[in-house]
Amino acid sequence: MSIGKYIKDVFSGLWSLVVGLKRTLYYFTHHKEIITEQYPETKPVLPERFKGEVVMPHDEKNEHRCTGCTACELACPNGTIKVITKFDITPEGKKKKAIDKLVYRLELCTMCNLCIEACPSDAIKMAQTFEHSVYDRSQLNKVLNNPGSKIMDGVE
Amino acid sequence: MIEESFTTAEGDLVINVGPQHPATHGVLHLVITLNGETIKKVEPHLGYIHRSIEKMSESLTYRQFIYVTSRMDYLSAHINNHACALCVEKGLQIEVPGRAQSIRIIMDELTRIASHELWWGAMSMDLGAFTPFFHAFREREVINEIMEETCGARLTMNYMVPGGVMADIHPNFQRRVKDFITLYKKKIHEYDELITGNIIFQNRMKNVGYLSSEDAIAYGVTGPAGRGSGVSCDVRKHSPYEIYDKLEFDEVLETAGDSFARYLVRIREMNQSVRIIEQLIDNIPDGDFQAKTKAVLKLPKGEFYQRVETARGELGVYIVSEGGTTPYRIKYRSPGFSNLSALDHMARGSKLGDLVAMMGTLDLVIPDIDR
Amino acid sequence: MWSFSHIADLLHEWLSKTFNPTFTLIIEMVLAGVAVIGLFAALGLVLVIMERKVSAWIQIRLGPNRVGPKGMFQSLADTLKLLVKEGMTPDGADKFLFNLAPFIAMIVAMLLMAPIAFANNFQFWDMNIGVLYISAISSISVISILMAGWASNNKYSLMGAMRSGAQIVSYELSAGLSVLSVVVLTGSLSLNDIIHSQENGWWIFKGHLPIWISFITFIIAVTAETNRAPFDLAEAESELTAGFHTEYSGMKFALFFLAEYVNVFIVCAIGATLFLGGWMPFHIGHLQAFNHVMDYIPSSVWFFGKTFFLIFVIMWFRWTFPRLRIDQLLNLEWKYLLPISMINLLLVTLMAIMGWHF
Repeated sequence: MSIGKYIKDVFSGLWSLVVGLKRTLYYFTHHKEIITEQYPETKPVLPERFKGEVVMPHDEKNEHRCTGCTACELACPNGTIKVITKFDITPEGKKKKAIDKLVYRLELCTMCNLCIEACPSDAIKMAQTFEHSVYDRSQLNKVLNNPGSKIMDGVE
Repeated sequence: MIEESFTTAEGDLVINVGPQHPATHGVLHLVITLNGETIKKVEPHLGYIHRSIEKMSESLTYRQFIYVTSRMDYLSAHINNHACALCVEKGLQIEVPGRAQSIRIIMDELTRIASHELWWGAMSMDLGAFTPFFHAFREREVINEIMEETCGARLTMNYMVPGGVMADIHPNFQRRVKDFITLYKKKIHEYDELITGNIIFQNRMKNVGYLSSEDAIAYGVTGPAGRGSGVSCDVRKHSPYEIYDKLEFDEVLETAGDSFARYLVRIREMNQSVRIIEQLIDNIPDGDFQAKTKAVLKLPKGEFYQRVETARGELGVYIVSEGGTTPYRIKYRSPGFSNLSALDHMARGSKLGDLVAMMGTLDLVIPDIDR
Repeated sequence: MWSFSHIADLLHEWLSKTFNPTFTLIIEMVLAGVAVIGLFAALGLVLVIMERKVSAWIQIRLGPNRVGPKGMFQSLADTLKLLVKEGMTPDGADKFLFNLAPFIAMIVAMLLMAPIAFANNFQFWDMNIGVLYISAISSISVISILMAGWASNNKYSLMGAMRSGAQIVSYELSAGLSVLSVVVLTGSLSLNDIIHSQENGWWIFKGHLPIWISFITFIIAVTAETNRAPFDLAEAESELTAGFHTEYSGMKFALFFLAEYVNVFIVCAIGATLFLGGWMPFHIGHLQAFNHVMDYIPSSVWFFGKTFFLIFVIMWFRWTFPRLRIDQLLNLEWKYLLPISMINLLLVTLMAIMGWHF
């Protein structure tokens, strides 16, 4: 190894270190580049498609759109959803299938969206909640339909 | 056998790196035989995160089994889902609409960039530089937000379905992807300043973990690791799926075969991915985002195989169908498993510190190896 | 004007008036010990929070910002946590050596404080061989690391300790040689004399290029000697989990941690003393008016300012560079730093003989 190459190596090596140091000094002095979000104080704004948990929307008359067809239950890969049906008596005196409970187990859900895709009457949708931690896991077993709710008129 | 004693009969030191160790990025367990600082043998022990995804898939329908593959190589979840969707489409002979094809490719390439960003940060961290990890996450976060807006999730999207994609792109999608490309082009030179050009880094990477092209083929090393050894193995070029044959991009090849070559391949591959996205982002054709499919998918009796290029290499999905609603058998050929097999060959004779660099440039994702 | 030396003099006067000379000496020694321990603790807290803030800003993060105003009490809270944590001694460890090692690390760091001049006329022990004392004592620190690594009965610890041994022994050489270049120019081993020789300008300005070379060599060598990144091979967390202190927990770990930071402070203080004039204000030759203005800034401010600047530089290195490999580390010392600093010492000697420096 010639002396010239040795010295050149030392200087080019040092220069490459200086280039890196310049970059980190830039970030050290430019605090507006900081990207940390102060989470509990500033909650993130989640897009409307964010898959947080499955919910069943009810209107102001406490009516939902679920017919109890169990398409979601069949579409779910993990057995997250369990539809428990009952038979309502319509005013005409006929028996009609309706949901008693739609049990949703959040602990099993992988937010794959397949149930929402499968639902023929748009009865369920994904909510944008994400803070799911609870102290007891039985709290993660949810019943999606409100107590006393019934099916909306015109939804078959 | 895991050695219980302090040393072997020859007086070599046996150390267990993993399953809980900061270098292994997961529950990989390496039993290393050391002579001083020099590695004599590396023995990977697998099975710590085996979830039997292949077996699980046998009881799931063709729509349902796709979501599980996101959990294999979680950093290229989109591409895994894509491979499965393609394989099912092959069996059903579904024509995927042009719009869906373009969206799928944009998503794949965004995933590839995000994966390589994370690899870049994690590998630098393996080598002891912490700052690049955070800088890489800044750019990756932008991609994650784009994914979140369109697919509804950041890591395991389950966006590809047989016949197309699950939902149309978000109205903001094109603008945000273009914003990302602008940001990426502004920041990519910082990667070179911080790490690529750094003399310490170059000395750590050059002439380390040499893998000849013959050995790469023999071990089945694919992806950037294989291309770093001069093996032309880009599935996107060799058996193009979707519309990759109509796009202009180069297969990145390096011939040196050392860790630095593998590093350069990944960095240059990110630029190629940006090039692909730039060609597509303004030319997403109108039309359906999903082909009309039956409610219950039934593959005809037969065997179907589809391979795609994930961020780590070649992923093969092999479905054996008996004509029912669920597959009879599914086999995934995951890139990480084959790439890991070359580690022992590469590591013998090098220093313990180099092992970390080699594992970094192989870009191992442990759930992908174990499945 | 109030200064450290003024307070020390007042105290000494009052003590010698009140007690007999023997008592005075004993009380003064106790006070000095308490002061060192207090300084030790304060430095640990300040340097840890400083490191975390520097790393956060470089890494485009905010850093600690919850405990106290702007997160200032974060390291205090961490210390409390470490204090109440169980200090475990692993099975199969050499219990005596295992428990002794962190204290040796601490004692070495404390001993090194003795000859450092914190301000004008404020020094624990003004000895005439200060530089020699420092290089002698600082090489004991390797023993504590080797002791910890061996006694832990852990392969990672042992490897970390062995790496550290090779590293510290090698880098002592170039650190010593670069310190020598200042000693050659000054002609004295006493730190006080070295500081006073910089009254008309710091050595870094007076000594031309050779002093710059020894300054850079010194910074590299002491970074290696204190086991800081990019030379943190002894605790390379991606290879050896935590290296020599893998098995330590609780307060024993905290002592190692503290000793590392105090060592950083000490080497930076020595660097500031030798090359940047210690507590000596910024003087330019014989410009009386300018020098007078500079003298208004208290000498302790000058000393701590320079030291903390050097500490920042070392932290800046840590958060920028990747780690070296063990053979490269030794190559750097034996093939680059040692030859360069030897030739440089010759140049400095020539310069000193010919009187080319200012």
